[in-house]
Amino acid sequence: MIKVRIPTPLRPMTEGKSEVEIAGNTVSEIIDNLGSAHPGIKERVYDEKGEVRRFINIYVNEEDIRFLTGKDTPLKDGDEVSIIPAIAGGA
Amino acid sequence: MEFTESQIQRYSRQIILSEVGGKGQKKLQDAKILVIGAGGLGSPAALYLAAAGIGTLGLTDGDVVDLSNLQRQILHTTDRIGVPKVESGGTLLAALNPETTLKLYPDHVSATNILSLLEAYDIVLDGSDNFSTRFLINDACFFAKKTLISGSIFRFEGQLATIKPHEGLPCYRCLYPEPPPAGLVPNCQEAGVLGALAGTIGVLQANEAIKEVLGLGESLAKHLLLYDALDMTFRKVGRPKSPDCPLCGPHPTITKLVEQEVSCSI
Repeated sequence: MIKVRIPTPLRPMTEGKSEVEIAGNTVSEIIDNLGSAHPGIKERVYDEKGEVRRFINIYVNEEDIRFLTGKDTPLKDGDEVSIIPAIAGGA
Repeated sequence: MEFTESQIQRYSRQIILSEVGGKGQKKLQDAKILVIGAGGLGSPAALYLAAAGIGTLGLTDGDVVDLSNLQRQILHTTDRIGVPKVESGGTLLAALNPETTLKLYPDHVSATNILSLLEAYDIVLDGSDNFSTRFLINDACFFAKKTLISGSIFRFEGQLATIKPHEGLPCYRCLYPEPPPAGLVPNCQEAGVLGALAGTIGVLQANEAIKEVLGLGESLAKHLLLYDALDMTFRKVGRPKSPDCPLCGPHPTITKLVEQEVSCSI
């Protein structure tokens, strides 16, 4: 199982949980399985072409998957996946 | 490098640090920093920058003080409701440190005014409250070759990064290439925020700006700092330069300032 960190804006879909455990061997499988377990999340993370939205990044441990092998980035036990959207508040 | 007796006393607790000293204090005195937004982030940031003896401090904001601002925007006080924020902030900053030269701009930044605003400054702090302005500030700082200390907050989370593409380091669009499209995200004003969270990130922005001026320590030029106030965790994640960056990459698609109509968060 992989620990997935959920950002504040998506927590309404995980019953408020900031971390969930999801099975999967790649980032793509994790997002699919996350979407099955918590409906609505996948559509928020992916655009209509199935690509990660350009204001959201996915990290495996401390690395952005865009600089690894994207959604195909393989995962092993103990890895942690984080979904980090841009936030804009400041006032 | 000559300081008056009262300056030496005022800044003694930082001059005493061997990493700062009189030389560092002189650098702070010569520094010119622009704080965009006199709100939740800009308030604590501007207060600490003025207190530290930053020589020239610019503050820009087009709003007036509202009662609902006071929960977090600590530059303002109850008796200044209705007063332009830069005027209200200027009053407090001048009282805190009369030695800082304050430049107050009662304007929202836009594609038309931002480049001329940035001209007189070395470092810019982003304390804006929407994606449109954030991307505009990033792009303008890239074109003007200014160091940008970007901070943002949402509910219980904060993000912080130092942006220096003019030194070959990543820009904000290397991290997030585009803002979210309008309609996909709720309005900023509907999203709550803890006042002390704004303070945490704003103060960290001030600290990173002071480090830039002094040339001290590790910056966040290659990392993004993530603060989760509920979990009480700080994490640094990698933030490489993107070869596909639409702004600072080898094949840019953004070659001039554009303003996009976008909203607050996913």
